[in-house]
Amino acid sequence: MPQKSLLFENRLGRTSRRSALKACVALGVVPWLVACDPLVSSGAASDGFKGIDITGADYARDFALVDFNGAPRTLADYRGQVVMLYFGFVQCPDVCPTALARAVEVLQLLGPAAAPQVQLLFITVDPERDTPALLLEYMAAFDPSFVAMTGSLAQIKATADAFRVYFKKVPTGSTYTMDHTALTYLFDPKGQIRVAMRHEQTAAEYAADIQRLLTEDEA
Amino acid sequence: MKKLLIASILTITAGAWAQTVTVKVEGAWVRGTVATQKATGAFMRLTPSAKVRLVSVSSAAAGVAEIHEMSMENDVMKMRQIDGLDLNAGKATELKPGGFHIMLMDLKAPLKGGDSVPMTLTFEDAAKKTFTQDLTVSVTALGKGKAPNAMKPDMKSETKSDMKSEMKPEMEHKQ
Repeated sequence: MPQKSLLFENRLGRTSRRSALKACVALGVVPWLVACDPLVSSGAASDGFKGIDITGADYARDFALVDFNGAPRTLADYRGQVVMLYFGFVQCPDVCPTALARAVEVLQLLGPAAAPQVQLLFITVDPERDTPALLLEYMAAFDPSFVAMTGSLAQIKATADAFRVYFKKVPTGSTYTMDHTALTYLFDPKGQIRVAMRHEQTAAEYAADIQRLLTEDEA
Repeated sequence: MKKLLIASILTITAGAWAQTVTVKVEGAWVRGTVATQKATGAFMRLTPSAKVRLVSVSSAAAGVAEIHEMSMENDVMKMRQIDGLDLNAGKATELKPGGFHIMLMDLKAPLKGGDSVPMTLTFEDAAKKTFTQDLTVSVTALGKGKAPNAMKPDMKSETKSDMKSEMKPEMEHKQ
């Protein structure tokens, strides 16, 4: 695992530098970001995305799972929206609810006009315990627009691999918890993978990158 | 026999000394759950008057309560049970999202916002004597954003001696 993570980090680092360069070139001709985006703090805009720019990555392309209503879903169903994609599990005391509460805050920061153009998708890494009914109720507790995906354990494993998401069941007490990658992936309205946001980043940073992906589409 | 006598004297001395140890508990909250969710986390800020170790937690609301540490390694979230948490004298130790938390598992019923959950913290002092502190921790509704930071005015916290710890009645903790 440590070796795999190192490779993952290196790859992100390389991609990030390359894309940052592209972003800087683009910014030279498109100064709207500094001028019109209240979420981007002054001076920081020219640094590119707040998250890790993974534009053009050969992973995190698509998934084929079922949502909590039993409907088959792929990324194409959310074309035209910026997708925030997060892998997690419901019996999670800390990281997952924090990520979802942050997503709620992000929508508030974006405001009522932009929020409908953003879709939070949650893919469970614990399909054994996270039944569709539980996922539905859990998402609704945060925001009725949030959608959770599930599938067989094999499907989830294949999807996680395709997104370079690591997860593992870890026994604790009489039950178990899950180790899992806590990145949030951002897809642009064309359905292309663009940014990996870190868990440590703030709602304002998430909102800034999403705003950028939304505005970029209009430009 | 001599050894035992020395041990007893040490125990009594330690017990007498321990009676002054209090742990200030602030900003305690439990994250609410939905119907079939069986686990959640509790968070708080602990400041002891002397160096103690939080060794266990129990709650009537949960079948199992454990002390956990969350860590992030290469963007992978890991949660592990720890066998105790050292608290330094006069220093606030935060149990908060992203760090330490109390993991409540095998919940007896869903926790709704506004509910409160009884919880007993067991500490061990420098002389390995244990004492407990009972809390009533309020539930923050799931999805209700960030953690409350300030101590809720209605939060009750009381200290009592743990009879199992062989403390004599006169060595009880003062309120």
